[in-house]
Amino acid sequence: MTDKKIRVLIAKPGLDGHDRGAKIIARALRDAGMEVIYTGLRQTPEMIAAAAEQEDVDVIGLSILSGAHNTICPELMALLRAKGMTDVAVLVGGIIPDVDIAALKAAGIAGIFLPGTATQEIVDFVRTHVRTRE
Amino acid sequence: MSQHQKPEQQKPQHQKPDSPPPDSPPQKFTTVSGYPIRRLYTGADLAGWEPARSLATPGEPPYTRGIHPAMYREQLWTMRQFAGFGAAADTNARFRYLLSQGQSGLSVAFDLPTLMGYDSDHALAHGEVGKCGVAISSLADMEVLFDHIPLASVTTSMTINSPAAILWAMYLAVADKQGASLQTLSGTLQNDILKEYIAQKEYIFPPEPSLRLVVDTLEFGVRYTPKFNPISISGYHIREAGSTAIQELAFTLRDAIEYVERALRRGLAVDEFAPRLSFFFNAHNDFFEEIAKYRAARRIWNNIMRERFGAQNARSWALRFHAQTAGCSLTAQQPYNNVIRTAVQALAAVMGGTQSLHTNSLDEAWALPTEHAATLALRTQQIIAHETGVTNTADPLGGSYFLETLTNEIEHGACEYIAKIDSLGGMVSAIEQSYPQREIAEAAYQYQLAVDRREKIIVGVNAYTAQQEPLEVLHIDDRVAHHQQVGLRELRANRSGEEVGRRLNSLAHAAAGNENLMPFLYDAVKAYATLGEICDTLRGVFGTYQEVAVT
Repeated sequence: MTDKKIRVLIAKPGLDGHDRGAKIIARALRDAGMEVIYTGLRQTPEMIAAAAEQEDVDVIGLSILSGAHNTICPELMALLRAKGMTDVAVLVGGIIPDVDIAALKAAGIAGIFLPGTATQEIVDFVRTHVRTRE
Repeated sequence: MSQHQKPEQQKPQHQKPDSPPPDSPPQKFTTVSGYPIRRLYTGADLAGWEPARSLATPGEPPYTRGIHPAMYREQLWTMRQFAGFGAAADTNARFRYLLSQGQSGLSVAFDLPTLMGYDSDHALAHGEVGKCGVAISSLADMEVLFDHIPLASVTTSMTINSPAAILWAMYLAVADKQGASLQTLSGTLQNDILKEYIAQKEYIFPPEPSLRLVVDTLEFGVRYTPKFNPISISGYHIREAGSTAIQELAFTLRDAIEYVERALRRGLAVDEFAPRLSFFFNAHNDFFEEIAKYRAARRIWNNIMRERFGAQNARSWALRFHAQTAGCSLTAQQPYNNVIRTAVQALAAVMGGTQSLHTNSLDEAWALPTEHAATLALRTQQIIAHETGVTNTADPLGGSYFLETLTNEIEHGACEYIAKIDSLGGMVSAIEQSYPQREIAEAAYQYQLAVDRREKIIVGVNAYTAQQEPLEVLHIDDRVAHHQQVGLRELRANRSGEEVGRRLNSLAHAAAGNENLMPFLYDAVKAYATLGEICDTLRGVFGTYQEVAVT
């Protein structure tokens, strides 16, 4: 078990500017001892995949409240696969209707966090789902 | 409940819900903003206070008790439900439905591509068309949006900021086509760019050209649309981003000061434009904190207009506002609880003297509202108006030791923040230093910690949790995007590309100079230049804004 810090990319994909949740999660993960990079707003899936590769992250956290998750998530997962980054855990937080959850999981999203999730739950999830990497 | 639970993980029926231990009262007594509240308030808390000066009567400065002598006895607040989704025809149907159910004004929610100045067929619009609001790419869409809605007699508020002047030009073009007089046309444009940099983040251009556009609309309004509110200076979004009530109030009023200064710099006289400045506040859960906030808002604004700007017209002194119940307080868990939250929040806005009100729907932590949920939200206002008796008298809680003390304290706190921003060189300067953004992020984080520690209880979320059935929600699929693509192809085929090109060139030339851009925008939309084409023209001259993210 490595004692290297877990590296997390927190990203705001698409045009949505509601960043309250993304910023809180970024800070909570940092306070929990992780290295967190926040991309800022208006990221395309390409930009996110590139940043994740460049920063060599273990986890990507997407914040999506705009309803665009069914488009954004599969696109990002495809880009990560193309880059051989299949060991990166991708989490989504935001407004995700029940009926969309199964498809997102099938696309490879490791965790979906709806409004009302306690930050500790996300910290714990990240810790248990990060795969030890060489 | 965060992760979607599989059936085998469901709790057995009738298990006692998770709740705080019954014998331990909360440790701290604070408002939802964290402001400490004492056990009891008496006349001693108001020692030295002069009610004749600080309170007066409704309709008289400093307007603490309301801006009209008779308030709702004479006229109820406008019931103005924010609505918009899919394509223009979908939203037109929802508008007409809500009007048929007794709402008294319209309020338009635009989709993210429209808010950001992109046509529905732009690459960056992919997956976003019609999802958060209605897709409007041209005057053609606007015409469909208001089909069978007489703009001469129905007022409309439009939640649009960076491209506000363009959407306004489209609205005016539709009104004109309907034969409505611009002199009597009424409505509201949000058009409050400063809070975009601070909170909502729907900016396109940098601050200086954006402020130029805002002043262009104020100037145009003074001259041509004297009954229209060309700006709605907003705290709602600042609060949604996690600010306290005092920050919401202070940053909103300080934004307003910045706009007044810019308009004066343009050469407008304060009493020409100030009567048409309007405001927009959040109606959050803490009943008394919100009522005190609205009363403090009116008193502070009266003082600012009279003392700081020397306004002489009483209509410049009287703060008029719209309120919306707090979206950020809605829970995904046990969504029917949200009906109660919204009702209490709406009641606070009414008891605080709002001129206009939107009530959220129970399902909005999941999706845009269904017709059923939107109807219930409207009925909430109607029940408050007609069944509770709170409209029988102006400022019913005036004179309460608690409320008057809290009003004074919120006023004091807000004025401190306003002075702080003054010392930073004004609001644009404060934004460049990330001051309001950091204050908001800190307040949001502290609130989340309080919720995580159960110092703040949210029913159904960190107490009294329960298994629930999934809710039937509104779905918007990609047919809207396809419909828009077809429409844009037809539009481009049928209009005069040459004329559009000419008008966009004129616009670019004017944008590089100092002329008021409204007539150029109006000409461009009338030729069916698209929103994206117009915004791209302006991007070419103004550049685009990149924020420095603070976490």
